[in-house]
Formats: sequence, structure tokens, C-alpha cells
Amino acid sequence: MNTVIFRTLAPFLTALMLLFSVFVLLRGHNEPGGGFIGGLIAASGLAIYGIARGIQPVRQALWFHPMTIAAIGLFLACIAGLISMFAAVPFMTGLWITPSLFAIEAPLSTVMLFDFGVYLVVVGAITSIALALEREDI
Amino acid sequence: MQTDMALTFVAFCLPFLGALAAPLLTRILGHRAAWPLALFPAAILWHFTGFLPEVSRGEIVTGGYDWVPSYNVSFSWLIDGLSLTFLLLISGIGTLIILYSGGYLRGHPHQGRFFSFILMFMGAMLGLVASDSFLMLFVFWELTSITSFLLIGFDHAREASRRAALQALVVTGGGGLLLLAGLLVIWNVTGVTQLSLLLSFGEEIRASPFYLAILLLVLGGAFTKSAQFPFHFWLPNAMEAPTPVSAYLHSATMVKAGVYLLMRLNPVLGGTAPWETILPAFGGLTLLVGAVLAIRQTDLKLMLAYTTVASLGLLVLLTGFGSEHAAAAAALYLVAHSLFKGALFMVAGLLDHETGTRHITRLGGLGRAMPITFAAAVLAALSMGGLPPFFGFLGKEEVYTALGGGDLRAIAFTAAAVIGNVLMVAVAFAIAIKPFLGAKVATPKTPHEGPLLLWLGPVVLSVCGLAAGLLSSFVHPLISSPLASAIAGRPEAVTMSAMPHASVALLLSAVTVAAGIGLLAGFDRARAAADRLVNDIGWGPDRGFDQFMTGLVRFAHRLSRLLQPGLMEAYLTVTFVMVALALLLPLVWYGEWPRLPIWPADAQFHELAVMALALLGVGGVLTARNRLNAILALGIQGFSVALLFLLFGAPDLSFTQFMVETLSVVILALVMTRLHLQPRDARPLAQKIPDAAVAIACGLGFCLYLLRVTQGRFDPLLTDFFNLYSKAIAHGANVVNVIIVDFRGTDTLGEIAVVMTTGLAILSLIRIRKPAAENGKETRR
Repeated sequence: MNTVIFRTLAPFLTALMLLFSVFVLLRGHNEPGGGFIGGLIAASGLAIYGIARGIQPVRQALWFHPMTIAAIGLFLACIAGLISMFAAVPFMTGLWITPSLFAIEAPLSTVMLFDFGVYLVVVGAITSIALALEREDI
Repeated sequence: MQTDMALTFVAFCLPFLGALAAPLLTRILGHRAAWPLALFPAAILWHFTGFLPEVSRGEIVTGGYDWVPSYNVSFSWLIDGLSLTFLLLISGIGTLIILYSGGYLRGHPHQGRFFSFILMFMGAMLGLVASDSFLMLFVFWELTSITSFLLIGFDHAREASRRAALQALVVTGGGGLLLLAGLLVIWNVTGVTQLSLLLSFGEEIRASPFYLAILLLVLGGAFTKSAQFPFHFWLPNAMEAPTPVSAYLHSATMVKAGVYLLMRLNPVLGGTAPWETILPAFGGLTLLVGAVLAIRQTDLKLMLAYTTVASLGLLVLLTGFGSEHAAAAAALYLVAHSLFKGALFMVAGLLDHETGTRHITRLGGLGRAMPITFAAAVLAALSMGGLPPFFGFLGKEEVYTALGGGDLRAIAFTAAAVIGNVLMVAVAFAIAIKPFLGAKVATPKTPHEGPLLLWLGPVVLSVCGLAAGLLSSFVHPLISSPLASAIAGRPEAVTMSAMPHASVALLLSAVTVAAGIGLLAGFDRARAAADRLVNDIGWGPDRGFDQFMTGLVRFAHRLSRLLQPGLMEAYLTVTFVMVALALLLPLVWYGEWPRLPIWPADAQFHELAVMALALLGVGGVLTARNRLNAILALGIQGFSVALLFLLFGAPDLSFTQFMVETLSVVILALVMTRLHLQPRDARPLAQKIPDAAVAIACGLGFCLYLLRVTQGRFDPLLTDFFNLYSKAIAHGANVVNVIIVDFRGTDTLGEIAVVMTTGLAILSLIRIRKPAAENGKETRR
């Protein structure tokens, strides 16, 4: 697997996959996609990078431990659920705001935050498993 | 009223806030953090003092917030004479204990942690005695067990501490579970979940066929917590904790939680024959056992611990005795005991801290060096000995008045109380006098008076014991009478004063004190006798606990060996056999076989091609020469299924399936490279046949099941609902995604928590392999 072509292409492939994963995540509410599938795409992208270049570059690029990313995701998902408590509606009720950013109406919601949390959990958990398995010294 | 309620709520939260602040404050201020931290309990004390006028008028203050209204669960409190007395004792003694710990653990590297634990305990204890709702009572009850575990095991490097902590947790936590069961039965019988409402259901419960079950379960909780025989053994072991903990948890507050519970439920459960038999019997037995064991000890803290056991026995005896003055006696003795025992424990700790030993035989002649400590000890001991005009005297007079009577039962229990008290008087004076008078004995450290932080607590408590006795006409209407009324369940006025007046009770008191002092003269001989007695018996519940724990561990070991042989093959076989059975049995049982599917006339070529590809994948798995090829072939089969999903209008599902298949191939391949397996799967035929049978059964089961399900009538209710509302109220056109993140978002939250946990588990499993692999290499060399 350690061919020059693969090693050269892998970073570009990973970058594309990460970008695509975010795209899939954001379009999820209206078209096929969402946090779970987006997370899987991102995780495979990172796994490819790890196979091509070894795990150390991936760890450096991620900055956080993958499990930390998963934990942040779970935390965000919980927060997204709890926000509705402050609006005096039951836990996990979706709340929407549409602020105007540069004259564009951007619909933002707790649901989106929740989906982002799902995305991070999937990326973090799968990447940490993949990276742990890719380590060769064990 | 609203602000009052909010303030009370804040008062219940304050200890926990203090626990959060403690480590930081201690890092900045060192041991002087005790002063600001003592403000937390002091503020609570001040707040609850404000309830005195209302409660002394006989009113019951309730308040709280709804929590889960659909299950009738609330965070609510009930403050009457009983709760308030406990609240004041906990916060008042708590203030002194925080200051005392500041001096006692000065310079300890984990002093901040200690403050944090003890404040947490305080919060739990306050919540326990003020709880109105059953659930809150139980939660706080267990929370006191847990914080007590942390505090006993504070010195966690010593094995004795760890054992004592575990023992206390097992005994009191287990008792808590019994209490939970008891509360649930009460809830079932009456339908109420609040203590304040329960009071009017007394008749109903006592007449219920479940009364005895309720009683035994509640007593299981109370007796373990309050260290009644035969569960008394954990309390002396808990003396492994630092002395502030012993003074606070294991004499003044936590161990009284069981007594509190019995007093609280006395109007509801009390007055029956079982109640008035079991409680006095166990209480009296505990009193005698505790007193005899106390005499036997030479360690100051252990002597005090066993007298605490004895006193708790006396309190249980009084709570269950049911005579006219019993409630008043229990009330007075409860308050008196908290004051003098807290003080004496702190004195013991002070002696230990300043001299380096707390063995009574190695202490002597310290009166000149430690005058303040000596004074506090003597005042507290006089109260414990029950001499006028101390509060302890009032308690003892009332006890003898309550127990006094002409019948055999009264005489028997009076005799028990007198014997117990004589022994306690002897122990009290032994502790207060022996270390301070007589010839000087060389101690590990040169003795000198402790700092303010250390002597403030015992002095304040012992002076309180004196003041409460002198000002009894002032204290009774505020504290004693409401407390006694709450215990008895009817208005009671406590009138006992410190002025001795001729009565049988006074005579008994005089006998007690005289005999106690007489015993003091021959203390060493008494100790030897008690020691011999205990040694002759040999086996005790403490050793029984060890035997129980060893047996439990052995049993658990055997059971898990049986259920978890550690063979992956066995696990997988069992799992898949169960899957096959779950799929096939209902079909057989109910005769719900599906009709054979009809070959679709309009099958397109590309659809058939995809199915052929899937079959090719399966064939590849079966014929693969090595494992890696099999994994790849399985991936091909998965991709074909994903394609089918795509063709038949489930893009989300197919999308996910693609990614899952890709990742499973990658991860399986990575796992294979690490497992050092033979590349070929070389199973003998004898194993291949049953494995294949299980696999075919599973596949057939899924196939038949799916066929049957799709042949049933399709209920479009949910589909219609989601189609209708997905865009309208959840602003999303992709129904699948809307269901995942919005309609059933809580499910997803649970699922991602599972993903995270699984990830952590896998990660740790991979890391565990490391040493095993190294060992393997070494053996191969």
C-alpha cells in the first residue's frame, strides 16, 4: 500500500473527503446526508491519510485526541438538547432562528448543532479506533 | 414566601458550592481556607435559625419544586421540629468541624480534597433530614453513604482505611437498598410519595398485610446506617478516618440518620407490637454490646466509637419504647449526645494531634500543658456522665422517667439502660480525666496546647452542653418540645429542668454515676474482664463480614467463569444461535410461514446484475483461499446490497451502507494484520458443519422473516405522519434525517453515547493487548 502514488494522492483525497463530509452534513436536513454519514466519510478520509502517511501526521493534523473530538460531539449534542429547556419547552425540542448574515437569511437551529454533535462523535470514535489499529508498534 | 423558598433551596445547594470552591481556596489560602469555608455552613445555620419561631409554634414548613410531575417526583422539603433540630446540628457542628479540620489536617497535601468531601457530605446530610419526597430521601441517604466511603478511605494508601471504607459502603449502601424497597412498598400501599402526606396514612399502613415487610425493610435501612447490632461492626472500623470525620459523621450526624428515619416514621409505623418489640430489643442489645466493647478498648477513638454504638442503641430503644416520656427522652438524649460526643471526639483528635498517640495507657498528666482541652473534655464528660446541670443530665433523667414502670418489660429495659449508662459514665471519665491527671507519661511529641482552630470546636460544643442545660426553660420550647412532638406524632411539651428533684429517675441517675465512678477506679480490671469475654466468644460480625465478602468474590468468580469462558467462538455461536431461534421460533410457533415470493415479471437487467454481484460476493467469501480475500468478498456483497437500496429509493440508507462497508473492510483488514492468524481459515470439517448450520439458519431466518413482514398489511400511519409534519414543523425535507435528529433525537443521543462508549472500550482493549503481545514474543524467543 505504501506506493508513491498513494502517498502523494492521499492528502488531496483526504482533504476532498473532509470537505465533502461537511457538505453532506450540512445538506442533510433536506437531501440525503446528515451527521452520521458525514462522520463516516470524514473518518474514512482520515483513515486513508493514516494508512498512507502513518498515524503521527494524522494525530498532529487533528491536534485533539480523536476521543476528545467524540466527547466534544457528545457534549454539543447534549447542549443542543438542553437549550430547549431554557425556552421552557421539553428536552430536545428543535428551535430555529434565521439571522441575516451578509444579507443572506441563514436558518440556524439546535437541530443543526445536534447533527454536528453526531458528526463529531462518529468521526472521533471511528478515527480513534482506526488509528489505534494502524499503530504498528503494538 | 417565594424568596423564602428560593433561599432555602440555595441553603441546600450551598454545601455543594462550597465543595466546588474548597480545592481552589485551599490552594490559595492553605489551611486558613477553613475560615472562609466555615462561612458556608454558618450561613446555612443562620438561615435555618430563622425557622425556629414558626416551628416552635408547632407549624410544619414545606416547600419545594416539581421535578418530574408525571411521576409525582419533586424536590421538596419538610421542616418540622425533627428536621430542624437535625438541620441546626448538622450546620452548627459542621461549622466547627470545618474549622477543626483546618487545624487538624494543616499541611496535608490533600486538605482541599478533604474539605470538598466533608462539605459534600454536609449537603447530603442536610438534604436527607429535610427531604419530603421518598426519592430525594433515598438519593441523599445513599449520597451520605458514598461521601462517608470517600471520607473513611481518605487516607487511601493504608489498607485498613480501604477495608473500613468498603465495609461501611457495603453495609450502609446495602441497607439503603432495603430502605428503597421499603419506601416503594409504602408507595404501593398508600399511593403517596411524600413524607408529609404519609403522616395521615398511619392507620392504613399498620392495617396493611404488607406492614411487617415494610417494617423489616425500613429497619434494615435504619439499623445498618445507625450501626445497630449485628451491623455495629462498621462504625468502629470507620475510625480509620481522620478525627474530624469521626467526630462529625460517625458520632454527631450520619450515624443518626437511621435514628432520624425511625423517629420520622414512628407516628406512621410505630405503636404496634412488632415495632415495640423489635426496636427496644435490638436497641437494648446494641446498648449493652457497645458499652462492653467500649470498656475493652485502649484507643481513645475506639472507646468513643463503641459508646456511640451504645448511645445509638439507647436512642433506638427509646424510639421504639412507646411510653409516655419516651419521645421526650429520645429528643433530649439525641441533642445532648451530638454535643458531648462531637466535643469528646475532637478532644481525642486534639490529644492525638498534639501528643502523637491516642492510647489511653500512654497518656497522662497533660492537664497543665493543655488546660483548654482539659476543660473542654471535663465539661463534655460531665454532660455524657449525666451530671446536673448539664444537658446530658436532662437527657438521662428523661430516659429513666420514660423507661420507669412497674411491669417486667420496663424493669428489664431500665436495668439494661442503667448497666449501659454505668459503662458509658466510666468511659467518659476515663477519657476526660486519665490523660490529663496523674503522673506525666512521655509521649511521642512534646505536648502543648493546640491552636485556636483545634480547641474552638470542642470548647464551643461542651459549653453548649452546659448552657443548654442551664437555660433549659429557654431551649425546651424552641428545640426539645417541637422535636419530641415530631417524634411522637402528637404535641408534647418537654419540661425536664436541670434542678434535681426527688424521684426514682434521680435515684437511678445517682446510682449510675456512683457505679460509673466506682468502675473508673477499677477500670483496668474491667477492661481485662471485657477483653476476656470478647476473646472467649471469638467470632464476631466483623470477621463474618470478611467471610461474607470472600464468599461473594469466590461465587462471582465461579459464576463469571461459567458464563464468560473467554472463548470468542463460544460467544459468537451462542449469539448467532439465539438470533436464529428468535427469528425462526415465532414463525414455527404461530405457523406464520410466508408465501413463496412470485418472480417479478418486470425485473430490469441492471437489478438482476446487482443481485448476481451480491451472490458472487457470497460465493467469494465461501471459497476464498485466505481471510483477506474473504473480507474483500464480503465487502462486495455489502456494496451490492447498498446498490439495491439506491435502486429502490433509499438513498440515505444506501449512502450509509456504502460507508459502513468501506470502513468495515478497512478495519477488519487492519485487525487481521494484528491478530497474527494463519492467513487461511483452517477449520476441521467437524467444526465447519455446525458453524455452517448456524449461519444458514440465521440467513434463512432473516429471509423468511422479511418475506413474512413485507407480506403483511402495511400500516402507513407513521409514514403519513412524518411526510406531513417533517417539513411543516421540523423544517426539513429529508424525512430520514429529520427523524434521526429531531423527532427521535433522544434516541440518537443515546446511540451516539453508545458509539462513544464502544469506541472507548475498543481503544482500551487494543491497549490491553500490548503486554500480552510482548509476553508472546518472549516465549517465542
